[in-house]
Amino acid sequence: MPRKTMIEAIREAMDVAMERDDNVVVFGEDVGYFGGVFRATQGLQQKYGTSRCFDTPISELGIVGTAIGMAAYGLRPCVEVQFADYVYPAYDQIVSEAARLRYRSNGQFTCPIVVRMPTGGGIFGGQTHSQSPEALFTHVSGLKVVVPSNPHDAKGLLISAIADPDPVIFLEPKRLYNGPFDGHHERPVTPWAKHELGEVPAGHYEIPLGKAAVRREGKALTVLAYGTMVYVAQAAAEDTGIDAEILDLRTLLPLDLDAIVASVKKTGRCVIVHEATRTSGFGAELAALVQRHCFYHLEAPIIRVTGWDTPYPHAQEWDYFPGPARLGKAMIETMEA
Amino acid sequence: MSEDAPLRFHVPEPEVRPGDRPDFSNVKIPQAGTVRRPRIDEDAEQFRDLAYSIIRVLNRQGEAVGPWAGTLGDDELLQGLRHMMLLRAFDARMLMAQRQGKTSFYMQHMGEEAVSCAFRKALRDGDMNFPTYRQAGLLIAGGYQMVDMMNQIYSNEADPLKGRQLPIMYSAKDHGFFSISGNLGTQFVQAVGWAMASAIKGDTKIAAGWIGDGSTAESDFHAALVFASTYRAPVILNIVNNQWAISTFQGIARGGSGTFAARGLGFGIPALRVDGNDYLAVHAVASWAAERARKNLGPTLVEYVTYRVGAHSTSDDPSAYRPKTESEAWPLGDPVIRLKNHLIVRGMWSDERHKQAEAEILDEVITAQKSAERHGTLHAGGKPSARDMFEGVYAEMPPHLRRQRQQAGV
Repeated sequence: MPRKTMIEAIREAMDVAMERDDNVVVFGEDVGYFGGVFRATQGLQQKYGTSRCFDTPISELGIVGTAIGMAAYGLRPCVEVQFADYVYPAYDQIVSEAARLRYRSNGQFTCPIVVRMPTGGGIFGGQTHSQSPEALFTHVSGLKVVVPSNPHDAKGLLISAIADPDPVIFLEPKRLYNGPFDGHHERPVTPWAKHELGEVPAGHYEIPLGKAAVRREGKALTVLAYGTMVYVAQAAAEDTGIDAEILDLRTLLPLDLDAIVASVKKTGRCVIVHEATRTSGFGAELAALVQRHCFYHLEAPIIRVTGWDTPYPHAQEWDYFPGPARLGKAMIETMEA
Repeated sequence: MSEDAPLRFHVPEPEVRPGDRPDFSNVKIPQAGTVRRPRIDEDAEQFRDLAYSIIRVLNRQGEAVGPWAGTLGDDELLQGLRHMMLLRAFDARMLMAQRQGKTSFYMQHMGEEAVSCAFRKALRDGDMNFPTYRQAGLLIAGGYQMVDMMNQIYSNEADPLKGRQLPIMYSAKDHGFFSISGNLGTQFVQAVGWAMASAIKGDTKIAAGWIGDGSTAESDFHAALVFASTYRAPVILNIVNNQWAISTFQGIARGGSGTFAARGLGFGIPALRVDGNDYLAVHAVASWAAERARKNLGPTLVEYVTYRVGAHSTSDDPSAYRPKTESEAWPLGDPVIRLKNHLIVRGMWSDERHKQAEAEILDEVITAQKSAERHGTLHAGGKPSARDMFEGVYAEMPPHLRRQRQQAGV
């Protein structure tokens, strides 16, 4: 089976979706002729023409707003916001419009759009190219929020997202675009070509939204992670030697609560890790759910390991980033509690 | 030390305030029939005069004059009068219903009936409007059932939107009426997207976006213009300038630009200003813009110069910010009376027939109201089920919502 980068897998997903359904259109800043600044849409305009894949003015509001109108017409727009940090001008369109259109019109109009955006740090992007805004979207009824952690999932999840009848926020951890980040920033990145999760089947396949995946089986502790943090969790488990179970959530909304509850009930301990700032972050939701559903099985307090409550600094990126050292410390603390 | 005088902060103010004498001397009104009618493929650079003037057809004698006259036949004119009278009667009854506590909120169209009623007649079935909250005339003139509008206003058991939307925030896809948002301006750029989709699919349908003078300050307005211009979307971009954004006069959103229509010129979009109280002029301009869109010539920006006679909504009291008699001083008159006078001049109508029509229309509205109220009002009678609250957030209800529905016990 061919191995691909996450970028290639994402591109293949759009290719497959565009080939299967004439109503799928792809657009955004630089995505047409050039193929996107991360090259995720490279070749799509040449293959499908300028009416299916095109460049737009620098207006995230315009990209998402027109996508909503197109979806109301009957198309399936899959649009790119160049960095998740740029999504805020489009926030009102996503939150007040895309998310609510089905509900407020009682199904007369629907909004099957996908908004793709590179997210997270680890590439020295500073505070305007490193943000993880997932909690801003998981708080919104009517949206679905997906964060893949590898090329295989990215392709299957994106194909599912494009086929989904509701709006999907698709957050792509850009630290993982070219290879898995194995948790230690000083270690060289393993290319996806040498990683089993770089195996990407050709053609069409779907990974259902709302289903988590167990990345490492264990009995002592559950780590809830997604995106880049899945690899940080693996490194922390290796470093500490703790028999940790690592759950890759993959979809944050809707959330696979059954998988979380089953794992935490088995291990009796839970550490949550995410890159976004802590206060009111998605980890708070996870902690509340675990507390509610697994209280009598918990043998230690739930700990959150997250980015600090500061903007993402440029020079201090790796001090901000919740790496395996911080996570490992929390895992040991949990085991000793 | 600087020798410059201190800078002064500028905040625009309307000419008059409560207690002052109404003054519309700043509204420059050309004589009916004097503004030219350009070719539909004329270059946007040639539109400066049309973006600063006001296209008018009906003169003070009630005659239709000039190059924009003649787009409507006798029956269409009679129908237009009927639609405007229906909308006015509907408004009056629903305003009263709100005062009687049958619903929470209402917004009336008084003075602006011609804009949406005449515009609708320039569209075809299958075209899509992305309206704001004062274009119910699109539904009335499109043959949508008043009883369904009332059910929506009452949020009763027959409400097509199951009680989820504020009153008057209708949605009627089959009637070319997009779901109304409470966040202003958002629909303007969505209209452009819908029109782009129609062009992408090689369809023949066109879209119309609607925005008020105040909401043109939203970024969505500018995004809509740049996307419409860039992709030559088959869309009519309508700005209804009714002078007031709740209590804020149109000069605040307009800033230093000459007119709202003039904003189209910088985007290379042909722009026209039209007398929004002149049913014939509105229809003529809308037809012109629709033809441009259908012939693949791209977007048109239209500013409707009109006046919001009533309050912004049932939660507003305009006497607090403008002279009470200002609406009477509005120089473009009442759209219903102007069309009525035109029909009388043409020998097709009379005061007696008008009175009779008013009575018939009132009966029709009351009948619809009784029928709607049989399904309940906001606080009495049938209402949508609490179970409906959880439906339709997603195509398929996800597990967390199912759990919450169980928790709510519905």
